[in-house]
Amino acid sequence: MIEAILITLSITIIIGVVLGYASIKLKTTGDPIIDKIDKILPQTQCGQCGYPGCKPYATAIANGEADINQCPPGGDDGIHKLADLLGVEYKPLNAEHGEPKPKSVAIIDESTCIGCTLCIQACPVDAIVGAAKQMHTIIEKECTGCELCLPPCPVDCIDMQVIPETTENWKWKYPIYKIEQQN
Amino acid sequence: MTEYLLIIISVVLVNNIVLTKILGLCPFMGVSKKLDTSVSMSAATAFVLTVGSITSWLVNYYLLIPYGLEYLRTISFIVIIAAVVQFTEMVMEKNYPYLYRVLGIFLPLITTNCAVLGIPLLNAQLSHNLLEAALFGLGGALGFSLVLILFASLREKFEGADTPELMRGSALAMLTAGLMSLSFMGFIGLDRL
Repeated sequence: MIEAILITLSITIIIGVVLGYASIKLKTTGDPIIDKIDKILPQTQCGQCGYPGCKPYATAIANGEADINQCPPGGDDGIHKLADLLGVEYKPLNAEHGEPKPKSVAIIDESTCIGCTLCIQACPVDAIVGAAKQMHTIIEKECTGCELCLPPCPVDCIDMQVIPETTENWKWKYPIYKIEQQN
Repeated sequence: MTEYLLIIISVVLVNNIVLTKILGLCPFMGVSKKLDTSVSMSAATAFVLTVGSITSWLVNYYLLIPYGLEYLRTISFIVIIAAVVQFTEMVMEKNYPYLYRVLGIFLPLITTNCAVLGIPLLNAQLSHNLLEAALFGLGGALGFSLVLILFASLREKFEGADTPELMRGSALAMLTAGLMSLSFMGFIGLDRL
């Protein structure tokens, strides 16, 4: 009787110690896969994928609810990276969610702005400053080019301006032809 | 050597854990809809089954038998298997987060997979030694994986096949399982164990 109790106790204690040690040693903070996906996404928070932002879309991909080809700002490159990370086949961008566009910023034509604050409420990254009945302006450095401020503007004073290529932001381009397509 | 080979063949084909002993039917029916998940499920089960049968053999042989506590076998095996599953889950969450998400609820459910408890209990009943117990566990896992993957491939084929409407889904799956079990009876006579 005593032996039975002692042995059951020792088994459970050993298991408890091992599992406790393992849970400290193998601790995971948050969900690593969601963070990894989120890092690949362009963080424009534009919502073209059908989710309210990049993080919710990353969560949906991780849960298998969303496909990897719903992010136009990320482009082909982003889909390739996601396919590599998740070990799935590459697929072309889903045209339902829009076409990839050159990176641009929004510019407010300050002489026509009536100070309605509607675009401020629409901006997902708080890149617009201004107050009621005062003209608004855009912090170019913060603007992700998501175009969410265009539809609410009642006087159409916001324009998207493509960022011109300068020596500051120029990057090597990927080869136009894939090697296996050449012969 | 032939003895060990016979154990593997016997437990994979002749005494297949799913089709002959009718153990572990819950993942057999539940995770066999898609080939991908069934492959990862069989990998996880294989690991748990092998490690579980080794650790429970050690506990049985060094702790329970010397003190005449064989009546504690079932409960201590359950505790050990639960711990092994828990450990596997932690390792998987850390190192293979995508696989962890794909398996989802089925990973902790390996605890209640009766094949995983059945193999260590059979080990104790047949008084195997450590190597035999490990091979028995491994063979059971291989047999389970083989049958699960075959069944999942069949079910994927059925999705596109022109089958009578009344038979679609579970009915067809049950019938297929029965036919597979019948066909595995053809292996009887392969071994003398």
